Amino acid sequence: MTDPIYQTEALIAEDIEAYLDLHQHKSMLRFITCGSVDDGKSTLIGRLLYDSKMIFEDQLAALENDSKKVGTQGGEIDFALLVDGLAAEREQGITIDVAYRFFSTEKRKFIVADCPGHEQYTRNMVTGASTADLAVILIDARKGVLTQTRRHSYLAHLIGIRHIVLAVNKMDLIGYDQARYDAIVADYSAFAASIGIAGFTAMPISGFKGDNITAPSANTPWYSGPTLMGHLEAVDVNTAAEAAGVFRMPVQWVNRPNLDFRGFSGLIANGTVKPGDAVRVLPSGKTSTVTRIVTMPSAGFAGETAGDGDLEQAVAGQSVTLCLADEIDCSRGDVLAASDAPPQVADQFEANLVWMADEPLVPGRAYWLKLASQTVSVTVSQPKCTINVNTMERLAAKTLELNAIGLAEITTDRPIVFEPYTESRTLGGFILIDKISNATVAAGMLNFSLRRAQNVHWQALDVTREAHARMKGQSPAVLWFTGLSGSGKSTIANLVEKKLHALGKHTFLLDGDNVRHGLNKDLGFTEADRIENIRRVAEVAKLMTDAGLIVLTAFISPFRAERDMVRALLPEGEFFEIFVDTPLEEAERRDVKGLYKKARSGALKNFTGIDSPYEAPEEPEIRVDTMGESPEEAAERIVALIIGDWMPVI
Amino acid sequence: MRRENAMSELSTLTHIQRLEAEAIHIMREVVAEATNPVMLYSVGKDSAVMLHLARKAFYPSPPPFPLLHVDTTWKFKAMYELRERMAKESGMELLVYQNPEAAERGINPFDHGALHTDMWKTEGLKQALDKWGFDAAFGGARRDEEKSRAKERIFSFRTASHGWDPKNQRPELWNIYNARKNKGESIRVFPISNWTELDIWQYIRLNDVPIVPLYFAAKRPTFEWEGGLFMADDLPRLEKVLGYCPEITERSIRFRTLGCFPLTGAVESNATTLNEVIQETLLTTTSERQGRVIDKDAGGAGMEVKKQQGYF
Repeated sequence: MTDPIYQTEALIAEDIEAYLDLHQHKSMLRFITCGSVDDGKSTLIGRLLYDSKMIFEDQLAALENDSKKVGTQGGEIDFALLVDGLAAEREQGITIDVAYRFFSTEKRKFIVADCPGHEQYTRNMVTGASTADLAVILIDARKGVLTQTRRHSYLAHLIGIRHIVLAVNKMDLIGYDQARYDAIVADYSAFAASIGIAGFTAMPISGFKGDNITAPSANTPWYSGPTLMGHLEAVDVNTAAEAAGVFRMPVQWVNRPNLDFRGFSGLIANGTVKPGDAVRVLPSGKTSTVTRIVTMPSAGFAGETAGDGDLEQAVAGQSVTLCLADEIDCSRGDVLAASDAPPQVADQFEANLVWMADEPLVPGRAYWLKLASQTVSVTVSQPKCTINVNTMERLAAKTLELNAIGLAEITTDRPIVFEPYTESRTLGGFILIDKISNATVAAGMLNFSLRRAQNVHWQALDVTREAHARMKGQSPAVLWFTGLSGSGKSTIANLVEKKLHALGKHTFLLDGDNVRHGLNKDLGFTEADRIENIRRVAEVAKLMTDAGLIVLTAFISPFRAERDMVRALLPEGEFFEIFVDTPLEEAERRDVKGLYKKARSGALKNFTGIDSPYEAPEEPEIRVDTMGESPEEAAERIVALIIGDWMPVI
Repeated sequence: MRRENAMSELSTLTHIQRLEAEAIHIMREVVAEATNPVMLYSVGKDSAVMLHLARKAFYPSPPPFPLLHVDTTWKFKAMYELRERMAKESGMELLVYQNPEAAERGINPFDHGALHTDMWKTEGLKQALDKWGFDAAFGGARRDEEKSRAKERIFSFRTASHGWDPKNQRPELWNIYNARKNKGESIRVFPISNWTELDIWQYIRLNDVPIVPLYFAAKRPTFEWEGGLFMADDLPRLEKVLGYCPEITERSIRFRTLGCFPLTGAVESNATTLNEVIQETLLTTTSERQGRVIDKDAGGAGMEVKKQQGYF
């Protein structure tokens, strides 16, 4: 057994004050260990805990006891037993989930995520890797670079871990053979280069015997590199790189205890901030100046924690509350950024996805996407490819199954603030959440945006939508008429528009006639084209509401999902779904344009109600029963409800 | 004491600063996403640090959620005193819940052993969360305390019946937390998951966080019971439950962890200052929870089983 050399008991005993002051200045490194079941991963972590004296006497007694009972080291201390926690795992002798362990030396506190090695636990490894500064990739010196070595290296690289350690373990079992070690390192080096790993640090170790863990081993005189612990203490941590970046802080919460105070709380993702700095609120693009960095005054002796009242400066990794000079709109989900170098804003991306749920990806289905403090509804395209994590081959795929890694396009229902994952873990990493089960189904990393929407959004418009509406003396709105062909949508919408016009309101009616002939003349009547038709109408309607107009639309719009999409596109209270409810038999009996007859004869395909479904609204703002109400009566009621009751008075 | 401005070295936040920032970030996420959060407050040193972090997270607002103490009626007097004081100082509402069934049946640690914890704490906690309809509850558990905690998520999902399924936890990536849940389901949130016992002590030292005086050594009335050393905090009550008057000896003792006074073992100590306590902690050779009886039930998997049943 090596002596625990990293805890200076003498100093603790003699001068606790000095010891604590010293330790209050430690930095923190998070790392993962990966390797397959027999590579000695848990043993290595147990060894690090043991050598840094993080194991208490009672635990040691229990460990010795357990080692005899269930140990795999023939009665010698089995360090792995310290680490394999859950009862199920002890029975099966494998690590299922990610376990977090803690130890510290004089220079650093360490958090190590012990990740499972099997391919079916890829998601667990990705989870552990997401917060890591460094990855220790373990290789069994007897076996060399294996499939799982390649898989783990690829995943570590994908998650953007900046420091890779290749720990060639169990050197004791190959007689500390340098030639064998060199061959393994050369083999790995070639592979690492092929997947884009820029550099790594290799070392010959034995977790079981303690070689090159905390002290250079006499058994490897040919190795002059650092010990594992020495290396872990020396590498730079992520927050150092993040602090060097440009200022970004996702707003988590608006702090408003009273009318005199309004602060924006968040964890600084990148860069530094000082009072007087010009900042920009994304996605709106509004600018202001930081006036204060507020934290709670601390009763204790200060300076060490972020607790000394107002700060002169704050850096990446700190949780703060910022006050701004101007009363500008800023809420949860917005990002505060350096005014002259803001992040991008977009609504369509290419992203790497790691699928984490038993239920496979359904392309086109809506999921929640959470990125920093932004939560939006998204759809994911059919993957462009999946990556075979064992061979690095790119394969065609229709979906992503559990543990699959793939490349896909993501479309959000509104623009989000982002940066490529390689530039910012905070603004480029996201999770996908199933809308029904609420399970976290995927982890994602944004590569780039597919549209250049960001350039449009950077400049806040001086004449706002509120200003447009104010000049017209009205509140903008979309009156969305939906119903079967021939139900009476256009008739009623026309009457409503006339009445609104007579009241001095600024309106515009969008219907099949003025849209299908121009804007959407390239679209047919397949399901995909119908969805695109509605999407374009929605976007046009939205622009018109930005201009302050009351927009009326008359489209069958048969799918609930698309109508919900329009609703989500508009500010709350501006979308009115009006269901013109006419039974199919009645609409078919009227058959004003003779379309039902054509559809029944088979001359017209994909006709709603005949061979294409109509999903009736579940909770429309207004339902018009055309069997019991004349178009004139219905129009009168709609105008009264919308103008009289629901629309805010300006 | 040193008063260096750590900010002068830009890139090197200390581990304490990073842990603090992480805990504050977690608390703000919960407040932003949960509808009715609460902070479980046990009055121990971990709770003390968690409460301090909450006050920092929302300053100058008071933390926008109440404190909930699931009381067993068997806590130390000094704990009840600090509880009242901290509620007042923080400006937070204090909710106290005692399981009426446990009270009625006179459940106590001497006669009922594990049932005491189950009825007062596990059942009491579930009842309290249901009573007020809390959908998110902060707890001061740390991953270094015990093996099954080492694998628990920071946002730990609970079914409508408060069950925890260790094999089916939501993946937790980066610092993105999924707080979505269906009606009736809830989450337990552990903002100080990544803190160790030493981190807690260092934070208390740096910020002068008020803690129960029982953590410091003093002459106190003690008795021995089933091989452990305990404090006679309420002798008449002890006598009533034990059926005899235990032999009381004055000893200089302190506590490494605080629970119910008959379940929490004392250690003989002369550490009367915070530095001495930390010194003793660092030099000690027994792990922190050894003073508590709870982990030893059901073999090595004691806590894991309790958690599946809804214990924190």
